[in-house]
Amino acid sequence: MPILAVVGLLAAVPLITSSNVTLNFMVMALLIALVGQGWNLLGGFGGQYSFGHAAFFGTGAYVTAILQMRYGVNAWLGFVIGVAAGALFGAITGLLSFRSGLKGSYFALITLAFAEVLRIVASVTPITGAGVGTLVILDLRPEAFQFQSRAPFYWIILALVGVSLVLTRMIEHSRFGAYLVAVRENEDAARALGVDATMIKLGAMTVSAAMTAAGGCFYTQYFLFIDANIAYGPWISIEALLAPIIGGIGTVFGPLLGALLVKTLGELAKLVTGGAPGLDLVIYGGVLVAVVAFAPRGMAGIFVDLRRLLRKAQERGDG
Amino acid sequence: MSRRPSAVSRRRFLQSTALGAAAAAGVLHAPAVLRAQGPAIKVGVLHPVSGALSYSGQQGRMGAQLAIDEINAAGGIKSMSGAKIEAVLGDAQSTPDGGNAEVEKMNGAGVAAIVGGYASGICLAASQTAARYDLPYIVDVGVVDSIVSRGLKNTFRFGPGFGVIAKTAIDSLVTINEQASKAAKTLMIVHEDSAFGSGLAKLLNTQLPERGFQVLETIPHPTPTRDFNNVVLKIKAQNPDLVIPANYYNEYVLLARTMQQQKVRPKGIYSVLGGAASSYKFVKEFPEAAQFIMDCNHWFDPKNPKALALKKQIEAKGEFYTYEVYMNYSCVLLLADAIERAASADRAKIIAALESSTFAGHVMPYGPTKFVNGQNQGAAPANTQVIGNDIQVIFPAAFASAKPVFPMPPV
Amino acid sequence: MWSPVILVPAILNGLMTGAVYALIALGLTLIYGVLHIINFAHGALLTAAMFAAFFAHQWLGIDPYLAAVGLTPLFFLLGYGLQRFVIGPAAHGEDRNILLVTLGLAVVTENALLYVFRADTRTINLPYAFDTIEIGTAFLAVPRVIAFAVVIAVALALWLIMRFTDTGKAIRAVAKEKFGAELCGIDVAHIYAVTFGLGTACLAIAACLLLPTYYVNPTAGNAFVLIAFTIVVLGGMGSVSGALAGGLFVGVVESLSGLYLGESLGQIGIFVMFILVLLFRPSGLFGERT
Repeated sequence: MPILAVVGLLAAVPLITSSNVTLNFMVMALLIALVGQGWNLLGGFGGQYSFGHAAFFGTGAYVTAILQMRYGVNAWLGFVIGVAAGALFGAITGLLSFRSGLKGSYFALITLAFAEVLRIVASVTPITGAGVGTLVILDLRPEAFQFQSRAPFYWIILALVGVSLVLTRMIEHSRFGAYLVAVRENEDAARALGVDATMIKLGAMTVSAAMTAAGGCFYTQYFLFIDANIAYGPWISIEALLAPIIGGIGTVFGPLLGALLVKTLGELAKLVTGGAPGLDLVIYGGVLVAVVAFAPRGMAGIFVDLRRLLRKAQERGDG
Repeated sequence: MSRRPSAVSRRRFLQSTALGAAAAAGVLHAPAVLRAQGPAIKVGVLHPVSGALSYSGQQGRMGAQLAIDEINAAGGIKSMSGAKIEAVLGDAQSTPDGGNAEVEKMNGAGVAAIVGGYASGICLAASQTAARYDLPYIVDVGVVDSIVSRGLKNTFRFGPGFGVIAKTAIDSLVTINEQASKAAKTLMIVHEDSAFGSGLAKLLNTQLPERGFQVLETIPHPTPTRDFNNVVLKIKAQNPDLVIPANYYNEYVLLARTMQQQKVRPKGIYSVLGGAASSYKFVKEFPEAAQFIMDCNHWFDPKNPKALALKKQIEAKGEFYTYEVYMNYSCVLLLADAIERAASADRAKIIAALESSTFAGHVMPYGPTKFVNGQNQGAAPANTQVIGNDIQVIFPAAFASAKPVFPMPPV
Repeated sequence: MWSPVILVPAILNGLMTGAVYALIALGLTLIYGVLHIINFAHGALLTAAMFAAFFAHQWLGIDPYLAAVGLTPLFFLLGYGLQRFVIGPAAHGEDRNILLVTLGLAVVTENALLYVFRADTRTINLPYAFDTIEIGTAFLAVPRVIAFAVVIAVALALWLIMRFTDTGKAIRAVAKEKFGAELCGIDVAHIYAVTFGLGTACLAIAACLLLPTYYVNPTAGNAFVLIAFTIVVLGGMGSVSGALAGGLFVGVVESLSGLYLGESLGQIGIFVMFILVLLFRPSGLFGERT
């Protein structure tokens, strides 16, 4: 139910403000929240840290764009196929890595390598437009998944985030989720109890890839232009893991909270520093280090601590 | 990490506070002055001043700001009772979504038009967002031709696109070669593999064979490339008459240095939009490697006193006079002229004024200004060559300051 | 294309380039082998070292090779301090925190450099940078030959340190069994910091070797990081000799695949190899089986 409340609250944003600056900011933050939720499912609940979620983001983005531009497929259908393609790629790479028993840093590095290979391939093959990138033709009709106003885009990305939240909550409370956490905590023990750890991780990776690919598909429709560096560049892999880790890893609301915080922090840093290029990011990075130093479990951890403190205070008051 | 979270412009914050302070002061001291002079016209100045493209972005911003200062010092927009132009600066952070976010902010700040973008990807995204608000957008550099072929009514490009640059490059090459009694027959192309390099290589590959050249090999490479020894080895093995590089500054410098190191000396190095081939910085730092390199690129009109005055001004600041500077400078002047004729900061009127523009007060070696579907038909690149410690224009003849030296004389 | 006229110089070039890769990877693999962290700040620290070497030449007129003598201990101290006073305390012993802290440090370093020095690409023009040594048909640039020799010497020195000094033995003990080492009275925090310092010192040397033939700008170091990761994996994480062998190997593979597949696709060769090694022999091509 908190999900409904949060999403409902956020849905009202376009009714309060007509500022496209705010809406654009919120769209980007929600996009990162969606991509981060994908990472969180695998990294937070499953304990498998990926450094290459760009592979899924980019696959979604390119499939949507290429289907529309080269094969005349409807954008909405392209979106669905894009998500499916991302999931499929997640399943394949997951199968390869988990069957080889890769975990920890090895898993992180292989995901990074997959993303890099895709980036290089996309920057030379003709179907992606090679280095030139792919431009989706401007066609401002809802049928083409393009809107004159920012608000519909905002509601769509919010709906996607809502779905990802519900899905994560459902997984958390399911048998599958319990197995996933068991694998994270102690894979050998889980296996000894008869959990098929490889299949569990594979399932998590597929859903995770699908969520992240949805973010990529949305990016294409929102900006109508992608190239190899946008789609498969390390920036999105970093954003994907930054949001949940800052917000609270392995929690349902962590990625959303983290994405909003990280984006806001970026803005504040710019506001404080004035026109000097780079200075805002110095502060941004510094605050990042400080957050980790003083809130090692992310913002969700702070909330838990606060709640515990409050409860203690209450108990003391009652007593 | 060249990408980062986009954010609200601190500049706008600063500007609005500065503006607030100025307005307060005005109310207190000199309401008459305020009435005599129209309210400032806000113009968005958008460049990638941080991230991978930050050097170019910072150069571009400098050019735009110099033009604005100059216009304001000369009495602002006269048809609007001397209204001053006020820059709303934006940082595209070297990414399309960064540029997009800035356009939203600029629109929110009520700018009359936007100038800049630099990279093709940023120009594509930013002009499209500006189109949502019918906001005039002047592309400063972005050479990809799809920028002006999408049918956006708000988007204007003052400089030349790929098609024109490649065509001019080939025409000039043929002429230079004929003047040297066809010294060159074979060539190799070395290009970076993103938007501009690969697009160009494709055009060169289809058109050069028709003009009697044999393309021995086309070598793409990524940006950044750490080492050019292999590329140079290939050049050495095939021994072409001409080498045509098309890449960004760092790779260009590495390539030219490696060629010098490996003692590879073709009859000519003829680059198209070569990152360093017509850069004063390169000539100053590596005069030997740069000697006699020809380039077909954006360049200023060396016979225009205004262009030379601007060059002095930039060099006095200890900066290099790069194409980003004078192209942005010219674009801002073009916009100011349109606003002057529109006598209004109204977006539709500015677009109409740009469409009918015949602006001649720029510093580029262009033909008469005339926009068709947003593209300036007069725009053309110039051919330059490094001769001695200077860069000379060798083509087109109307703007030339020297004769081409081809084939390269032996050391 | 297969004639030795091209093949031999391409292989030699690969070895020269690979040597510098190996040195950068040495730093990374040491840190990984002992602290078990992936240091995201490695590229940014390399950039910082390149700037330091650049300005040593620009302001003080010190030749980069001479500058290495001063910069190496300086960067050792920098690395030591970073691990001891920033990364260690901030990380609370959790891997994901280390990842974030090093990422944060990378962002800070890179952008501080951007803010102070702007985005200009800087190069230095040394009189001997264009000198070459002729071996058969190959022209080898003098600075690259020097780099090759220095890297071999540094790797040998590191190996000796790890093998025969008390600190080296302590480092190996901590890498093998952290708690056991702690029980034996080894100051683990100190050893961690020493290791990080050694890794950073390698970067200072690498920067001084690169500068005569390369350029520096605030993002210059990043180009080497992914390659370094690849080498670390190929060589077996934590192995000094593996990193050296891996570096030379990757240099040659990159050179040859660049020659025959083109520079763009040539990069793929390395990553495909990287993926295959991870899938089928995660202990590395040159590492001992664990």
